[in-house]
Amino acid sequence: MRPPIVSIDGVTKRFGETAAVDQVSIDIQANEFFALLGPSGCGKTTLLRMLAGFETPNEGRILIDGDDMTRVPPNRRPVNMVFQSYAVFPHMTVEANVAYGLKVEGIGGAELRRRVDEALAMVRLENFRARKPDQLSGGQRQRVALARALIKRPKVLLLDEPLSALDKKLREQMQLELVRLQHEVGITFVMVTHDQEEALSMANRIAVMDHGRVLQIADPRTLYEHPTHRFVAEFIGTVNSLDVEVRSVDGPHARIRHPLLGEITVERAAPDVERGVVVARPEKLRLDFSAPPVDGEILLDAVVEQIAYYGDLSFVFVRCPDGTALQISRYNVNRQDKGDPAAGSLCRVGIHPDDLLLVGTG
Amino acid sequence: MARSRPGPLDYTRRWWLRFWLLATFVFLYAPIVILVVFSFNDSRRNIVWQGFTTDYYVRALNNLSLLEAFGNSLTIALLSTVISTVLGGLLALGLYRFRFPGRSSVEAASALPIVVPEICMGVALLVFFAEIGWRPGLPWPLSLANIVAGHVAFSFPFVAVVVRARLAGFDRAQEEASKDLGASEWQTFRYVTLPFMKPGLIAGALLAMTLSLDDFVITFFTSGPDTLTFPVKVYSMVRFGATPEVNAASTVLIAVTVLLTILAVRLQRPDKGVA
Amino acid sequence: MQSWRESPGVVVVLLAPAVLWLLLFFLIPLGFIWVISFGERAGPVAIDITWTLANYRDAIDPLYLGLFTRSLRIAAISTVIALVIAFPVAFAITFASPRLKPILLLLVILPFFTNMLIRTYAMIAVLRRNGYVNFSLEQLWEAGAFALQPFGLAGMLGERFVPLDLLYNNTAVVFGIVYVYLPFMVLPLYASLERLDRSLLEASLDLGASQFRTFFFVTVPLAVPGIVSGIMLVFIPAMGTFLISDLLGGPSSQLIGNVIERQFKAANNWPLGAAMSFLLLYLTFVLLVLRAWFEKRDRGRG
Repeated sequence: MRPPIVSIDGVTKRFGETAAVDQVSIDIQANEFFALLGPSGCGKTTLLRMLAGFETPNEGRILIDGDDMTRVPPNRRPVNMVFQSYAVFPHMTVEANVAYGLKVEGIGGAELRRRVDEALAMVRLENFRARKPDQLSGGQRQRVALARALIKRPKVLLLDEPLSALDKKLREQMQLELVRLQHEVGITFVMVTHDQEEALSMANRIAVMDHGRVLQIADPRTLYEHPTHRFVAEFIGTVNSLDVEVRSVDGPHARIRHPLLGEITVERAAPDVERGVVVARPEKLRLDFSAPPVDGEILLDAVVEQIAYYGDLSFVFVRCPDGTALQISRYNVNRQDKGDPAAGSLCRVGIHPDDLLLVGTG
Repeated sequence: MARSRPGPLDYTRRWWLRFWLLATFVFLYAPIVILVVFSFNDSRRNIVWQGFTTDYYVRALNNLSLLEAFGNSLTIALLSTVISTVLGGLLALGLYRFRFPGRSSVEAASALPIVVPEICMGVALLVFFAEIGWRPGLPWPLSLANIVAGHVAFSFPFVAVVVRARLAGFDRAQEEASKDLGASEWQTFRYVTLPFMKPGLIAGALLAMTLSLDDFVITFFTSGPDTLTFPVKVYSMVRFGATPEVNAASTVLIAVTVLLTILAVRLQRPDKGVA
Repeated sequence: MQSWRESPGVVVVLLAPAVLWLLLFFLIPLGFIWVISFGERAGPVAIDITWTLANYRDAIDPLYLGLFTRSLRIAAISTVIALVIAFPVAFAITFASPRLKPILLLLVILPFFTNMLIRTYAMIAVLRRNGYVNFSLEQLWEAGAFALQPFGLAGMLGERFVPLDLLYNNTAVVFGIVYVYLPFMVLPLYASLERLDRSLLEASLDLGASQFRTFFFVTVPLAVPGIVSGIMLVFIPAMGTFLISDLLGGPSSQLIGNVIERQFKAANNWPLGAAMSFLLLYLTFVLLVLRAWFEKRDRGRG
């Protein structure tokens, strides 16, 4: 494997007594679209700002393309950033904004013009070059910020919540555009986001952070289907969590006991998980009214409490006789369906042990 | 715990900027501190510390014309504050609330006293009172009326600015909620709008008070030869030579204004009293 | 905002007192001196309004023109010095910790509200021949002489300490103006730096610009409204000051303010004083228009 383009090595950043970033180590490979995902205050933005050079770690090192950048000021780092507020200079035209980073390098004349044209074309702003930022829409301003950073041909492009200021439709469009751009320019992107769908749909790999620590680094599918922590399982998507008693562990499996499920064998998320909760995604559960159980499925009696209809899918909230609440999601595939069960009706929930996962609570 | 290196925008952790800040504050405060300290110095001429005394305060207190001047200045400040606060508060509310022909002219004209050089306003008032035949020999406190008129003219625009800044943060939905709950226009003003304006009004009043106490130029030009006010009295004392009595009297005035300023600043903080 | 037609009575109650006061004790008095500035003296107290321009001609007569240029020069120099001192101060306050910031601001505001006369008076004690600056210099001189004595060089610093004449000259006036009006410069600069989005500075650094370049190409252009306001707030009162030059200046550092004051208080040449006052006012209006133009340009870019 090639050496990582970004290597974060045991980095800690404290603000006063609290550690905003706590012993974080991440390696990011060249050409990855890497996302730092977590709730606000988890330290993801601080980590990104340390990559850019706006904060200096208290401990640890940051290597970019093999060079130690820990103490290098931001203006001498081969990385560029797209700010959450875009930070487009209000007193300069679009063109001057885009040219700024090259001008400070002393690049001028024909090369400057050519590269500015190129960058503006890349974000489709050729016809807006003479405008001032206040004459642009939010999406256009973001593209200026993108072009302004990419024109520097950074080794890594840092994006701080790049889509959070846009409305829903524009956000979806820009998601696709950012991924297209990343393919086109072949630059490593590191994006900070609190939006799990955004991270899942855009990134190749995601680091999930909470309270300054990295809980799991994995590709989107692994994160969703094989979360190692209860926090990751609950932060990404929706999940049913059941407190269980672990009887024994054996390699990738664990023998667990739960009043509803009885004693069964389930997958273990990681070798160090010896206690914890069992999680099941709502779409993995089956709402059953009459049909017999499929092979190995456990059937539980339940009462439908509430329905949430989203159009493409519905969430059905049920309660088992012992008080356990579960949610099940169902795609509304057939237009001619009679619809969801009524609240109060009796039903059965099918759970397959293969869809259960024992995760740690730490 | 090890302190991390300053980040690129931690400008206040750069030694030269700290030094600059410190030097500026020394520049701003050293003369005042020296003045205050030497009002307690037991020596008339010597600038070296000779020992603590409150003699000059006693002497200032026994100086009848100084006391009279101080009393006049306080009276002027009080009257000016009350009138300025009312005028400024009403104006702020009117400009905040209503659209009317000539609105921008009223707005611009009411800001003029803030920017026009004091001396122009001073001589204008001097000429004005002379031309309308204002007689200086009126009984106290009427004899102060012309000075009060001048002080109000340059103070109420400041009050209006402060109150408008406060009103800018007002959510008109509160008034609508009040009316929705059955309150009349007046009740809404009395129980919703006015309480919201209150911190601004108090801050504006304190500002008007300090402005009036601190004014020298307008008073100097408006006051007749017989009306003594504190700044004019101090000015004539200074012209005859710096004396520790002047230091003592100045210290008292500084103490009053410092207190008023701190009060005004505290009341003006945006987080204070916001519902 | 609602239309005045909805409740004209309320509008009148709200606005009339302030508008009347402004008219009576500000605009009409200014009108009086405007008219007088076109008058001629007819006897010791009487003035004939002849709509002559002679007073304005006198005001820019070589005799007084030097006075105007001196006032402009001293005001300009003081303003520039105040700007240079105030910018780093405003900058430091902007980036100070949230705990420290209100304290620093209060420290700037306090002198702003302390009586100008008292502050100018305090300056005298610092600058005069037996004042604190000279006192400190003398101490330094004695220490130096003492230190040099063993080397037989005691005479190098002169026979005895000669106090500097720091007071009663143009430098003292500039010093006094900077001292008195510095807070007027710091506050608007702070207000505009405070509004500045910090990520703009970070973006500039991120794109490879040095701190120096970031300061002059991003911070300063975006602080222009504050700089213009600060210049206005120092330059206009500095042009009109008479107290500072009266107390700290010498016979050759009289400014327009002193001459205007003399026309009204001693020389009794009201028409000339009125004309000079209005020249000062016109200058003020020109600066106000300039500022409005800057503000409009600034608002134009959001």
